[in-house]
Amino acid sequence: MDGIHDVGGMQGFGHVQELTSAPPFGEPWEGKAFAIGALAARIAGTNLHAFRHAIERVPPREYLRGYWNRWTIGAQIMMEDSGIVTDQEVRARAARLSGRDVAEPPPPAPHKPQMPSGGPGNLRSVESPPAFAVGDRVLAGDLHPAGHTRLPRYVRGRIGIVAALQPGAVFPDTAAHFLGENPQHCYAVEFDSRELWGPDAEPFRLFIDLFEPYLEPVT
Amino acid sequence: MTSAAELLDPALRVEALASLLTERGLIDETTIDTFIKTYEQSVGPMNGAKVVARAWTDAEYRIRLLAEGTPAIAELGFKGPQGEHIVVLENTPTVHNVVVCTLCSCYPWPVLGLPPSWYKDPAYRSRVVREPRQVLREFGLDLDDHVEIRVHDSSSEVRYMVLPERPAGTENLSEEDLAALVTRDAMVGVAKVAAP
Repeated sequence: MDGIHDVGGMQGFGHVQELTSAPPFGEPWEGKAFAIGALAARIAGTNLHAFRHAIERVPPREYLRGYWNRWTIGAQIMMEDSGIVTDQEVRARAARLSGRDVAEPPPPAPHKPQMPSGGPGNLRSVESPPAFAVGDRVLAGDLHPAGHTRLPRYVRGRIGIVAALQPGAVFPDTAAHFLGENPQHCYAVEFDSRELWGPDAEPFRLFIDLFEPYLEPVT
Repeated sequence: MTSAAELLDPALRVEALASLLTERGLIDETTIDTFIKTYEQSVGPMNGAKVVARAWTDAEYRIRLLAEGTPAIAELGFKGPQGEHIVVLENTPTVHNVVVCTLCSCYPWPVLGLPPSWYKDPAYRSRVVREPRQVLREFGLDLDDHVEIRVHDSSSEVRYMVLPERPAGTENLSEEDLAALVTRDAMVGVAKVAAP
């Protein structure tokens, strides 16, 4: 989806934050948020890709309120999808924890997705031979799927060169929607900065891992 | 979750969610605490620093690490979530690698722990794929014009870690002392390792 998460190349976010050696959790609730998110896929019977897609669906104004906030809301959205909790329940419980005497709605009926797993992790062997080899010129498709994808906007429609063949892996675009692991070849594709950002761009090379269905041959 | 709904305080939402999930027997305090302690104490950039120090002192290890990161890193005992396939990128006097995840916050947990705030922030994610030299300058790293910059966007399950340059004047330091010099920022590629 063309959501708020796909920020590569956007302008207007300002100065980068200062480098600090701060611990991972600034406040206790952040550690708890991390743990809930880390457990959420197991609780909801889903997977990592579904979790990423849930975070992508966090409304923009909540997404930009901070990392552990969007992480928590993503976990909640994924659990809502599986009938583990409802937003009404969370809000009612929050009100009660704040000392307001509100009625709590009944819990939903769980309905977890049932997608067969090819084993632990995401690396998989792919039966078909890879379509591209190192050195091939490839075009990143101008694709705009409504669901999850790992093809960011800033490379769509741009031409790059295959720099390396990565291990085959579960295809996020189908796994996030429980349509199957559908393992695919994956390539590190190299783009010249001027191909991405025009003739006045800083000179550099950008490497990004793209799954085979995102790519078309360039002859 | 509806976009029109009133914004909840993030800490309060976590409390409410934790309370409901605990009541349903889906989470418990011990598991939560284990997750927090693991990433506060055992899994962090001190792991990656050991990998770097080993590569600086053991030429054979360095070759293995750059050829196939994951098994070489596992030799030191580091593996786990977000580390299924780790590629190590070598910074040299003429090539500078820097790592980002523009779509979310992918990061090599087994060697670097959880990502720092600046790495997850839209400012870094949006800009480093478009104006990396300027971003590095803002972080305090001013690279010479002849240094080639390579930006790596972590968009698949492959994770990246930078092997920084060993600073001059460290020839007599032990592996342990070298590891103490290596910073998280240098292993993401937004800083160099400073001499002691």
